[in-house]
Parts: sequence; C-alpha cells; structure tokens
Amino acid sequence: MSAQTDDLVKQDEPEPDEPAEGLAALGAYIRDYFARVRGGELGSIPALVGLVVITGVFALVHQGFLSAYNLEALVIQAAPIIVMAMGLVFVLLLGEIDLSAGTTGGLCSAITAVLILRQGASWWLALIVGLVTGLVIGFAMGWLRARVGIPSFVITLATFLAFQGVTLILIGGQGSVILPDNSPLIKLENSFVPLWLGWVLLAVVVVGYAATKVNDELGRRRSGISRAPFTVIAAKVVILAVLGAAFTYEMGVNRNLSTNAFFNNKAQGMPWVVVLLLILFTVWNFVLSRTRYGLHLYAVGGNEEASRRAGIVVSRIRISVFVICSGMAAVSGIIAASLLQSVQSNAGAGNTLLLAVGAAVIGGTSLFGGHGRIIDAVLGGLVVAVIINGMSDLIQGANSAGYEWVVTGAVLLLAAGFDAVVRRSRTT
Amino acid sequence: MTSVPTLELRGVDKSFGPVHVLSSVNLTAKAGEVTALVGDNGAGKTTLVKCIGGIYRVDAGELIFDGTPRTVNGPRDAALLGVEIVYQDLALADNLDIVQNMFLGREEITRVRTLDENSMEKLARQALDSLSVRTVRSVRQHVASLSGGQRQTVAIAKSVLWQSKVVILDEPTAALGVAQTGQVLDLVRRLAEQGVAVILVSHNMNDVMKVADSIGVLFLGRMAAQVRRKDVTQTQVVELITAGRSGDLGLSPEESSGAAV
Ligand SMILES: Nc1ncnc2c1ncn2[C@@H]1O[C@H](COP(=O)(O)OP(=O)(O)OP(=O)(O)O)[C@@H](O)[C@H]1O
Ligand SMILES: [Mg+2]
Repeated sequence: MSAQTDDLVKQDEPEPDEPAEGLAALGAYIRDYFARVRGGELGSIPALVGLVVITGVFALVHQGFLSAYNLEALVIQAAPIIVMAMGLVFVLLLGEIDLSAGTTGGLCSAITAVLILRQGASWWLALIVGLVTGLVIGFAMGWLRARVGIPSFVITLATFLAFQGVTLILIGGQGSVILPDNSPLIKLENSFVPLWLGWVLLAVVVVGYAATKVNDELGRRRSGISRAPFTVIAAKVVILAVLGAAFTYEMGVNRNLSTNAFFNNKAQGMPWVVVLLLILFTVWNFVLSRTRYGLHLYAVGGNEEASRRAGIVVSRIRISVFVICSGMAAVSGIIAASLLQSVQSNAGAGNTLLLAVGAAVIGGTSLFGGHGRIIDAVLGGLVVAVIINGMSDLIQGANSAGYEWVVTGAVLLLAAGFDAVVRRSRTT
Repeated sequence: MTSVPTLELRGVDKSFGPVHVLSSVNLTAKAGEVTALVGDNGAGKTTLVKCIGGIYRVDAGELIFDGTPRTVNGPRDAALLGVEIVYQDLALADNLDIVQNMFLGREEITRVRTLDENSMEKLARQALDSLSVRTVRSVRQHVASLSGGQRQTVAIAKSVLWQSKVVILDEPTAALGVAQTGQVLDLVRRLAEQGVAVILVSHNMNDVMKVADSIGVLFLGRMAAQVRRKDVTQTQVVELITAGRSGDLGLSPEESSGAAV
C-alpha cells in the first residue's frame, strides 16, 4: 500500500505552465481528459452514449420515431421529468432523497387548478399559490430533516402518501379537474414559439455559450493558468450550434396534418416549455457551478464534517435543497398539468418520482451524494422520455402498462448499480 | 528566551462529565519552533488540541495568544486568532479539487459575487510553492485521487494560505510510508521556518526527535514536563510518556502513581 503511494508521488513531476496552443497542448488536454475518465469522472459520457444508442435502436425498429411530430411528443413528455430531476439533483447532492417530489408536484398543480376552476382565481395568482405551496412544503421537510433529525427517506415517504391523499380530497370524486381551454397554463406545453423567435433563441444560446467559455479561458490566461485550448472550445460551440440548428429546423416543420384552406392553424415551432427549460437550466447551472452556495452543496455532500469545520452552516444548506427540490417539483407538476390539460386525482403518484430519480441518476448524479450536475437532469430526462415513448409504440395490448413499469424499474436499478460501481472505482 | 510565546496554555482543565481528561495543563508554543506534544493513547492530546481549536470549551485555565489572554468560544474564534488545526482525519472533501478544499469556507468572490476561481487557483499554487511542494501535479485534481502524503500536504498548505500563527498537526505521519513521512516532516520544518508556531502531535519518537525544538509530554491528562529537545534523550522522553517521570523530570511520584485523576 505505502510502496504503491510512494511510487505515485515520484511519478508526479511538476509540469511547467506552457501556453495552451498548438497540437501538443491539444494532445495534453485530451490525455488529461481520458485520465480523468479512467479515474471515474465519467461526466456525461454514459448518458450521451445511452441516449444515442437507445434513440438509434428505436429509430431503426420504428419508422417515424425521429419525425417532427414524435420529436415534439418527446420534448413535452420529457419536460416535467427534467424539471423534477433538476430539483432532485440538489437533494441527491447531499446524499438525501425526496420520495415525495412527485406527489408534491401533483398537490401543487391540484391547488392551482382548483383555485382557477372552483374559486375563480386568476391563473397567475393560482400559479403563485401553487408554487409557494411547494416552497413551504420543502421548507417543512427540510426542517424536519435538519433540525429534528428524521431520515429524509422516512419524512418523504410519509409525505408521499399524505400528499397523494390531499390531492385526492381536493380533486374529489370526478377523478380530474380540467383546465379551461384558453388558460395560458395550457399554452406552455401545447403552443409554440414563432419560428423567427426560435432561431433568435438559438443564436442567443450559442453566442452566450461561446462568450462564456471564451471569457473564462481569457480570464484564466490573464491569471497565468490555462487549460482548455481554443480548438476544444470551438469544437464544443460548433457541436452545440449544429445540434441546436437541427432541433430548431425540425421543430419548424408543420405537424398539423389537417391544415387546408379552412383550417389554417399550423403546429410549427418548438413548444414554449423549451424556453422554460433553457431558463431553469441556465439559472441552476450558474448556481451550482459558479456560486459559493453551489460549492458548499458539493462540499457538504462530499464531507459533512469537513464542511462544518470550515464554518459552513450545514443545517441551512440541508433545508435549502429540500426547498429547491419541492419548488421545482411544483413547477414540474404545473407542466404535467399543462401537458394533460387537466389535473387527475392521482397526479404525481405512480412512477412519476421514479422516472425523475432515474433521470438524474442516468444522467450521472450519484445517489451517494457529492456528485451531480444540472445537465444530468436534462440528458437523463431525455433518455427516460425516449425509453417511455419508444416502448409505448413497441409494447401494445392489455398488459402494456405492466411492461412499462417493469422496464422503468429495471432501468432505474441498472442506473443505480452503475452509480454504485463507479463510486467504488472513485474511492480506490 | 525573551520573546513572548505565540501561544501559552496555563492550568487548562477539561472534563467530560465525571471523566477528568485534562488537569491543569501548561504548554507554550513559540513562533518559528516545532513544539511536539506526545503522550500515550488516551493521555488527552486530541482533547487538548480541540480545546485550543475551540471545538471544546475549557473548564478552567487560560489560553494566552501573544501575551494576551483570550476566550475561545468556537472554531471561528480560534480561526480569527490564527489557529489552524490539521486533524487526524484530515477533513478534506474527496469530491472537490485541491483549490476548492484549501479555500473551503473562505472562498474568494468576484465583484458580481461569483467564485473567483482564477485567483484562488493562483494563491493555492503559491502556497504549495512556498512549501516547495513538488508532489502535486495539478491543483485542479480531485482530492480523491491523492495519496495519503499528498492529502497531508494539502491540509498543511492550507495553513500557509491563511497565514496562520499557530498550526496544530494531529498525527500527520501516522498513516504514511517512510518516504512520505520524510516529505511531511520536511514540510513541518519549512512551515516553522516561515515563523509559524507549529504544534506536532505524534506517537512516533523518531519523528519527534528529528523535528521538534521543544517537547511537551502529557501523562494521564497532566503535563509531565515540557523540555527542550536538545536537553533530553529519547530514553528520557519515553520514560516520561510511560511513567510520567524520568529522574528529576516530570511529575512527583504521588502524582504519577496513576491515582492522579
Ligand atoms: N467526548 C468525550 N467524552 C468522554 N470522554 C472522552 C471524550 N473525548 C475523549 N474522551 C476521553 O478522554 C481521554 C483522552 O482522549 P484523547 O482522544 O484526547 O487521547 P489522545 O491522547 O489523543 O489519544 P490517542 O493517542 O489514542 O489519539 C480518553 O480516555 C477518552 O476516552
Ligand atoms: Mg488522538
């Protein structure tokens, strides 16, 4: 053991800081990257590979899987999963779990819907009440975890059941509350960004990404630290631009087949929820990767005792992640309501939570705490949506729902097993 | 010895309920010196360290920093007084890199309140360089990938970064091989040469005799003696550790009989 580590020390010669330009620098960067991958820092690789492979398989066995029509279905199906998974990343970063995220979302959307329909509240007021309910729920659960010391698994299992009951009581015997046709809440998932605005958005995203990366790198070079060669940055920007353009173009295709001289309401452009996803991604990604708060989340997830000794108020951090998670669950519930144009009495129950946890874990967030990013929720959410969407075409008949549950469970277990194996490779 | 010690403990008492762990302990640590703190298992070394670090509050006695008595009510107070403790278990977050660990809880922030990664990276590099650390390849490595000696190095370099006046190392070489132990001891010496008062807790007599300027021996919660390294032999120190006395040095026979507590 010690002989081994002594060797390690001798190998580690200091490297002089060279300017990161030219082929040598690129080679060094790539070697460094693979060294990190071998060391267990897989990043988004498994999720990306999974996404490409699964999409490829479904595209082969099922004509039209990548059609504009199905792509839209994929996006609006993935949206509520992705948003809930984004919230779960925060909780998982601390090695906690929120089993009630699904039913919290269901409850919040039920409150919003009932306020609009039965109390005649305006949609935005109802929306705010729904979202604030989510935050309050999160605070209460976080407080029970951090101050009272009940394991999060137990707290959220209790609220998972209780909120399901409250939603059932709120919605009542009819089984569902249908949102009014003209409600802006429905537009989120069912109406589309004008084509020109779609392209403008793409330009903003690509230019924003490029500017951030270049600015970071220039700052590093000014400080005499340099890591990423500009060729790598350029490659990333080009990939983002090409994928984004392909998506924007495909979403620009009219999907309303019954358009004719009399019915001219075209279905073209990306769903508005894509804009919401972009905003949420940007905000949370910024928080996690560039703020002191974000860093402290990782620190507490990695070593709670070290964080405490460093003066971090661990209980406050712990409460905050539950607030964020439940708040995001409420947003997710609203998106799901928009998708269904109604709130069911079993909203957010069933496999809603499992899909979101599965998304985060498939994306690369660890169930053991300390490792996770917002991009994980996005990529993992897409993988899950592709699996569900593809399966619903493949498996048909009376038992199809049963098979879907089995496959969902198997995928989650597989992702968790992968996470555990990777974790072991990290610590040794 | 005319200079005022950086840290002086006078008559420190500490008990946990009925268990008296420390009784009227005195200790001085001077700037630029390595003060070793030795003693058998359970003698109270870690407890004493935690009292200095503000983790435990002392029941009685004084903590005197640069000649001024201070109350230390928590780790924050201790940090403000320039005390940095490198614990036995190191307390590093494996999932963070070296820079992030060194700055944890005291991050540099830009004008727009984002993390100032670049200046932190530069300062971390400088701190390691000032200790002539050659064993760390990249300061952006995750701590999980470091060897025991490298981890110890990071933990010690942190104290340079914060310009600590008193650095306490609890068993820094306990888990290390021969080569790495040598490296860490060099580090300890260089730290003292920068004008820091270093307190080194150790079981290892070789280490202690090699780097210490002064040796304090705890015996069953009492300070048996604090002696200059050059005035004693290893045999005498070992006797002080095991029996509480050695010739004229140490506790009186009654005190060291074990009935002290
Ligand atoms: N929190 C506590 N509550 C009660 N007793 C304690 C506590 N912490 C330490 N002790 C007792 O105090 C005594 C001294 O412990 P301490 O950890 O300070 O010894 P040490 O000199 O560091 O030993 P080692 O060489 O094994 O690290 C021991 O008998 C221990 O059982
Ligand atoms: Mg100890």
